[in-house]
Amino acid sequence: MLTIGGHTFNSRLFLGTGKFSSSAVMKEAIEASGTEMVTVALRRVDLENPEDDIMSALDRDKCVFLPNTSGARNAEEAIRLAHLARAASGSSWLKLEVTPDPRTLLPDPVETLKATEELVRAGFIVLPYMNADPILALRLQDAGAAAVMPLGSPIGTNQGILTAFQIEIIIDQARVPVVVDAGIGAPSHAALAMEMGADAVLVNTAISVAGDPVAMARAFAQAVEAGRTAFVAGMGSRSKQAQASSPLTGTLTTDLGFLA
Amino acid sequence: MTLFNLPDFQQLQETILHCTSTDVEQALTARHPGIHGLAALISPAAEPFLPEMARRSALLTSQRFGKTIQLYAPIYLSNYCTNRCAYCGFAASNRIARRCLTLDEAEAEADILLERGFQHILLVSGEAENMVDVEYLEAIALRLRDRFAAISIEVQPLSTAHYARLFKAGITAVAVYQETYDQEMYKQVHLSGKKTDYNYRLETPARVAAAGMREVGIGALLGLTDWRAEGLALGLHLAWLRKNFWSTAVTVSFPRLRPAAGAFAPLVPVSEKNLSQLIFGLRIFDPDVGLLLSTREEERYRNGMLGLGPTRYSAGSCTAPGGYSNPDQTDGEQFSVGDQRTVEEVSLSIAAKGFDPVSKDWDAAFQTER
Repeated sequence: MLTIGGHTFNSRLFLGTGKFSSSAVMKEAIEASGTEMVTVALRRVDLENPEDDIMSALDRDKCVFLPNTSGARNAEEAIRLAHLARAASGSSWLKLEVTPDPRTLLPDPVETLKATEELVRAGFIVLPYMNADPILALRLQDAGAAAVMPLGSPIGTNQGILTAFQIEIIIDQARVPVVVDAGIGAPSHAALAMEMGADAVLVNTAISVAGDPVAMARAFAQAVEAGRTAFVAGMGSRSKQAQASSPLTGTLTTDLGFLA
Repeated sequence: MTLFNLPDFQQLQETILHCTSTDVEQALTARHPGIHGLAALISPAAEPFLPEMARRSALLTSQRFGKTIQLYAPIYLSNYCTNRCAYCGFAASNRIARRCLTLDEAEAEADILLERGFQHILLVSGEAENMVDVEYLEAIALRLRDRFAAISIEVQPLSTAHYARLFKAGITAVAVYQETYDQEMYKQVHLSGKKTDYNYRLETPARVAAAGMREVGIGALLGLTDWRAEGLALGLHLAWLRKNFWSTAVTVSFPRLRPAAGAFAPLVPVSEKNLSQLIFGLRIFDPDVGLLLSTREEERYRNGMLGLGPTRYSAGSCTAPGGYSNPDQTDGEQFSVGDQRTVEEVSLSIAAKGFDPVSKDWDAAFQTER
């Protein structure tokens, strides 16, 4: 079972709430996905307003509400937003996003680390969105991040896991859960991330803009489960050459004649 | 800080014995064999695969370390010891000539090694903190650090604060071997002294890393109990250190028991084949780890193993305090070495195999302000 910030999750699929055609569709997709963690852009909601269409569509008994700082360009902005969100919602969960470039929305490593250090000190459960940089992942972990969220490819691009090699290193090294975030455009991408050993994936665009978001949410849930099961079962390794399934040993060996 | 928790030794043994040749084949082809892969590779089921393991290990070693072998030599500072360890020539109960080098004597030993071309030295002592304490080690480090590229220590376990102090004085790395990860056996062979505290010793590599040392060496003394389970424990310890102290490099040593004063015979036989299987298995498990092969082993074996997994060789070692300045006096040594060759001879063998004997692979400037 996956545990982040002391909370246990049965589902390893996290959902974003942007770009849905309506909050009704969003709500249905969330239910179909079985997710227990939903992230919401603080700039999209009015936490003071109980009638807010997105907030009122969330069942906070079933799902952890994970506010995100999407839109923040530096640590200072993100930290200010985080404190406002906690004051209004009573929740210390935070998905930290610091994206100074409005075109690519790629995360700023320096400001993200700075903000993580400060927000952890302030008692937040911080899940930073980050580029797939293994050393940054370790630095964020050491700063107290509850999980790290490396991107598969730039947000909203649906390009899949272009950073696979780096993400593998992060998964191998990190002590905290690794949630692959951004770029996951198809259930197969989510399955691949899970097969690689990611602890969870976060999906938004691929579901919200699908022809049938509810059916797509279900498809992602199945893919995440399949990928996880495969990872736990132990994947066979890949090879460019054919390998006999009953190999003959003894070829291409090293001379060990020196052994006493 | 989280502590390293080792599963029950017997459980490790059982895990290994359950491994099949299919597990071994999987571990040999997997990109990351993982701890279960290591269990398979050091299991009896892997014995027929030894040549394939050697090949894979050699490939990974050359990919990561190239065609190089790093050379180092120990300086034994003192053979005083307050512990009684059944296997060790320095045990307090052994009647040997005892000596603790003065700072000048230690410096003289170091200068001889420097003349022989060594840039990496390992300061070794028995565990007698009234003779070899942090002030003494610090004073030696301060004297030697401008002359050597890297100075490591293998002394009694110290506190994090003391390690931090020694790091500042120029010590780069610390070796502290658990000897055996089997708690029962540990009790049996550590008869008295501070070393009887299994857990304090087990937690020492973490303190070393927490103090900021560049490298920590772990190891198990082979010949006390089931070497396979020791190997799996080493793998677990290594992986745990990597997870918790990612900026500290780790090395592993595999000292096989040699004849020593007090006449302690190995309790279980560990053959060269066994040792090789363990070395290959750990290399395949962790392609980045530094693996040491000391002069405890014989020339033939050390030559044969060149390029197959180990990355560091000691050479021309003497294991008695003051032994380099007084080569005729061998009383008071920790163990008698199996490879008597000089460093020149070892270097020639390394070069003859197509490898570069590297004497300098660090620089004191990383740690000290000039």
